[in-house]
Parts: sequence; structure tokens; C-alpha cells
Amino acid sequence: MAKAFDHRRWIPAPLLPRQDGRDASLVFVIAVLCFLACLTGIGGLGADRAAQGWGRQLKGSATIIVRSTISQVPDAVADQAVQVLGQVPGVKSAIAQDRSEAEALLAPWLGQDSVLQNLPLPRLVNVQLDVLKPATSESMANALKAAGLDVTVDDHTLWMKDIGRAGDMARGLAIATFALMALSAAAVITFATRAGMSMRHQIVELLHLTGAQDRFIADLFQTRFAIMAFFAGFLGAGAAAGLAAVVRTLGGAEGLTPVLPIAWTDLLITLPCPVVAALVAALAARLTTLGLLRAMP
Amino acid sequence: MSFCPAAPASPVVNSAVPSEKPPTVRFRDVGLRYGRSPEILRDISFDLEPGSFHFLTGASGAGKSSLLKLIYLANRPTRGQVQIFGQDAQRMRPKDLPGLRRRIGVVFQEIYLMEHLNVFDNTVLPLRIAGQNPQDYRNDAAELLNWVGLGRRMDAMPETLSGGERQRLAIARAVVGRPSIVLADEPTGNVDHEMGLRILRLLVELNRLGTTILIASHDQDLVARSGMPVMHLDGGRLSHSQSPFQPDLGAEPMGAGDI
Ligand SMILES: Nc1ncnc2c1ncn2[C@@H]1O[C@H](COP(=O)(O)OP(=O)(O)OP(=O)(O)O)[C@@H](O)[C@H]1O
Ligand SMILES: [Mg+2]
Repeated sequence: MAKAFDHRRWIPAPLLPRQDGRDASLVFVIAVLCFLACLTGIGGLGADRAAQGWGRQLKGSATIIVRSTISQVPDAVADQAVQVLGQVPGVKSAIAQDRSEAEALLAPWLGQDSVLQNLPLPRLVNVQLDVLKPATSESMANALKAAGLDVTVDDHTLWMKDIGRAGDMARGLAIATFALMALSAAAVITFATRAGMSMRHQIVELLHLTGAQDRFIADLFQTRFAIMAFFAGFLGAGAAAGLAAVVRTLGGAEGLTPVLPIAWTDLLITLPCPVVAALVAALAARLTTLGLLRAMP
Repeated sequence: MSFCPAAPASPVVNSAVPSEKPPTVRFRDVGLRYGRSPEILRDISFDLEPGSFHFLTGASGAGKSSLLKLIYLANRPTRGQVQIFGQDAQRMRPKDLPGLRRRIGVVFQEIYLMEHLNVFDNTVLPLRIAGQNPQDYRNDAAELLNWVGLGRRMDAMPETLSGGERQRLAIARAVVGRPSIVLADEPTGNVDHEMGLRILRLLVELNRLGTTILIASHDQDLVARSGMPVMHLDGGRLSHSQSPFQPDLGAEPMGAGDI
């Protein structure tokens, strides 16, 4: 037998019914939206990292072709170029390929014949640039030309632009998808609040007529939907983090593909998801409730 | 202050006795229509003085509930003037409405209980809404529930209550916030004659404590036995009359064991 009711130990019950049939499906929908949003976020981070990685590799180096005339000694010309480049600000180091390396590069086409012995082969100089303040191709070319050298400078700018564009696109797409997910979640919650309010219309009306401020009623619905969305966000974000963790474990540092490298720290972006979901839900529920209450006399 | 009615807080004031305070309710040439229908209420004018006790009678569909809704600010008149506590209903600012509603206790015709809350939680709803501290009201609320005979059902869920118990719970909820006026829409609608009398005695007791009372009812016998003034709705218009009979509510005073 239950003990007799003691009003001195009474704890006020929640004013809104704890169970509502719709909640399970609503939790599911919001969890799925959060799951997809988190996956989008992790994918976006991976794409961004891939783009930045390639960009960094390309940005940090340049290749310079040094041609020599018949009267010049190619290796000496290359050494001169290395010395000139050493003076250019923004150059960390410059290394000239010697003849054997140049021959090795050409061997597949020309063979290891003695023909090569007499050809003035152009030399390649690999330049490592200061990543923070890299020398521009113009400054290097100008310095080399001033020294009377015949050179072509390739600082990979063309590639950089493409990769930068691809990275921006991946980032933009991730942000747009994420925003779309947040909006759908808000729309679903707004819909659910309306459904909940009409199902609980009598309760809302009773509270209203008993002298509850609109704020008071809005707080009830807001809290209720915020808690529900937090829980759903937790489930969705957890599932996304779990999936990403599996991908990271199976694929190593590169993820499943070098195009989408996943870092363990990427999983951290799922952390704010429950809070964001709760905030979106709270706002949607509050605005919906206040809007419906305003229509009451 | 106690809900125990043994010591009336103020003498009975009837509408016949004029008071310096503004009338609790004042209607002037009030008309009401729903949508494009003809007027449900026409040229309604009356005053309810503080501490008065009135019945509102009329056939089903005469507009009794509609008139009460105008008083408890659930609806606005289509024309005319409605004043509550001396304030013009049309000119009230939205942010003032909750405060005014808290001074009005309503027993709804449909009762409207929170089915997921127990008797005690249902009773104290207006106090929670008003933001009062549970420590300050839980004893009074328990006493009130004893007074309406629900002392042993405080943790019962509404669905397990009888029709009369639900009605008494609705009344307890209506009066727990010590409203200045209680509007009861068919408070004896779901109960037998004997229970109807008990509920009526309860409201009379509240009136003795100074609360203005307006009861909508088509229970002619109950109205007659109360001996209270009657406002009658017919064809959308209001006529006033004194109950033709002397009060006959039974001799014994109300007490905890009475109901
Ligand atoms: N919200 C509404 N919209 C449209 N018509 C309404 C509305 N409420 C009431 N009515 C109409 O107004 C008239 C008066 O209704 P009301 O409920 O005030 O009557 P009543 O005197 O309380 O009746 P009863 O004794 O049956 O409770 C009825 O004809 C009813 O159909
Ligand atoms: Mg009615």
C-alpha cells in the first residue's frame, strides 16, 4: 500500500504531461538530423584539412629551371643560381640537382648515351620557401635575371588556386548543409510544438485563464523541447562520433581516403551538437508558443 | 488566514447595499456575437457589488457561459463596456491581464482539470502560476481540500474521482488563490441534488468571507432554495429578480465533516 499523502512533503509535479506519444518519433527525427549535421561537419573538416595539406606542400616550395648556353658550365650556372637565391628574402634553402640527377630524369627518353655528355642539360633547383613569408616567383625571377641567368620559375601558384577553390567549396558546402540541417531541425521542432500545443490546448488555455504570463507558459514548452532536443542531439552526435571513430580507426591518420583525412580532434565538433540542438529547439518552441498565445484574448 | 468558515471575515454584503468601492463587475450596453451570427447577448447592463451573490439563469444556449467568459476575460464584447475591478476590459494592457485573471476564480462548465496532475497539484495550480512559495500555501491548500471533503484523496488522479469530487476539486482550485470574485458555471451540473446543495453551501460560506459570487445554473430548485438574487437571460437580454423563496439550505453550519 502507498503511504498516505503528506502535503508537507509534496513536490510540485511538472505542469506538462511527462509522456507524449509523439516524443519518440520526434526524438528520432531530431537525432537523425543531428547525426547528419555532425557527419557533414566532420566531413567538412576533413576536406578542409586535405585542401590545406596540399596547399601547404605546394606553397612551401618552388622549382626553378636554369638553362645554360654552350659556353657555360651547367653545374656552375646552377650553383650561381643557388647562391643568388640564397640572398632572396623568403627563401629557406635552395638545392641544385647535379648532372647525374638531370641525366636520370632524361634517361627514359634519351638513353644513357654519350649524346648526353655533350648536351647542355638544364638544371633544376628545388627551393624551400619560408612558409610564413614565402618569396614570390617575381622576386626570385628578378634576382636571377639580374645575375644574367636564364631561368623559369614555377611556384605552383596555378595549382594553389585550384586547390584553394576546391577547399573553399568543400567548406562552403559543409556550412550550407549544416545550416540546412539546423533549419530543418528548427522547422520540425516548430511543427512539433504546434502539434503539442494543439494536443495540449486545454492545458495551455487553463494556464492562460488562470493568470499565467505568456512567458511562464513559453518557459514550460521551451524547457520541455530543449531537454528533448538535447537528448536527441546527444544520440545523433554520439552516433556520428562513433561512426567517425570507426573510420579513423580503420583508415589510420588518412581516414578511409586521402581526400578525407579524419583526426581524432575532429570528433570534438560533435560536442556542441546537443547544446545547439537544445538552443534551436528552445527558440523554436518559445517563438511558436508566444505566437499562439498572442492569438488568445 | 484560514479557510475554516467558522469566523466570517466580513459581514455579508448584498448587491442591495451600495458600496464606495467600484463594482467588482460592471456591464454597460454590452453586446456579443460570435462571427457573423446574430447577437447572443444584447444591451446587457448590470453591476456586481463587492461581496454580492447572484445567480445567472437562462435556458440552455441563452448565453450564460458567454457572459461569464466576458467577465473572466476569455472573450471581448463586440460592443458596450465591460469593467472588472473598476478597470475597462477594452483598455487593459496585455501585460496586466494575468494579474487581473488571478483575482478571478473560475469553475468552468467543462471543469478542465489537469488529468496528469493529482488532486493536490490541481488545487494549487493558481498559486504555482502566481509564483508563490509552496511552503506558504501547502498547509492552506490541504486545509481547503479537507474543507471540500477531498482530504483523503489529495494524491488521487482526476480520472479516479467521481463527478461530484471533480466538481469540488474544480471549486477548490477556483478559490485557493483567494480571488475577489468566483464565477461558477453550472457548479452543480454533474451531481445529484444533495451534492448540489452541499456545493451551494460551500459557495455561500465563501461569500460570507467576502468573496463576490456569480453562479450560472439552470437548476431552478437550487436557485429558489438559495434565496439569492437572480439575473435571468432570455433572448439575449437580461432581467433581474429576487429569488421568490426564502433560503433553505439546511440548518447545520458547514464543517470539515459536512461534505
Ligand atoms: N465559441 C463559440 N463560437 C460560436 N458560437 C458560440 C461559441 N460559444 C457559444 N456559442 C453559441 O452561443 C450561444 C450561447 O452559448 P453559451 O455557451 O453561452 O450558452 P449557455 O447559456 O451557457 O448554455 P448551457 O446552459 O447549455 O451551458 C449558443 O447558441 C452557442 O452555440
Ligand atoms: Mg454554459
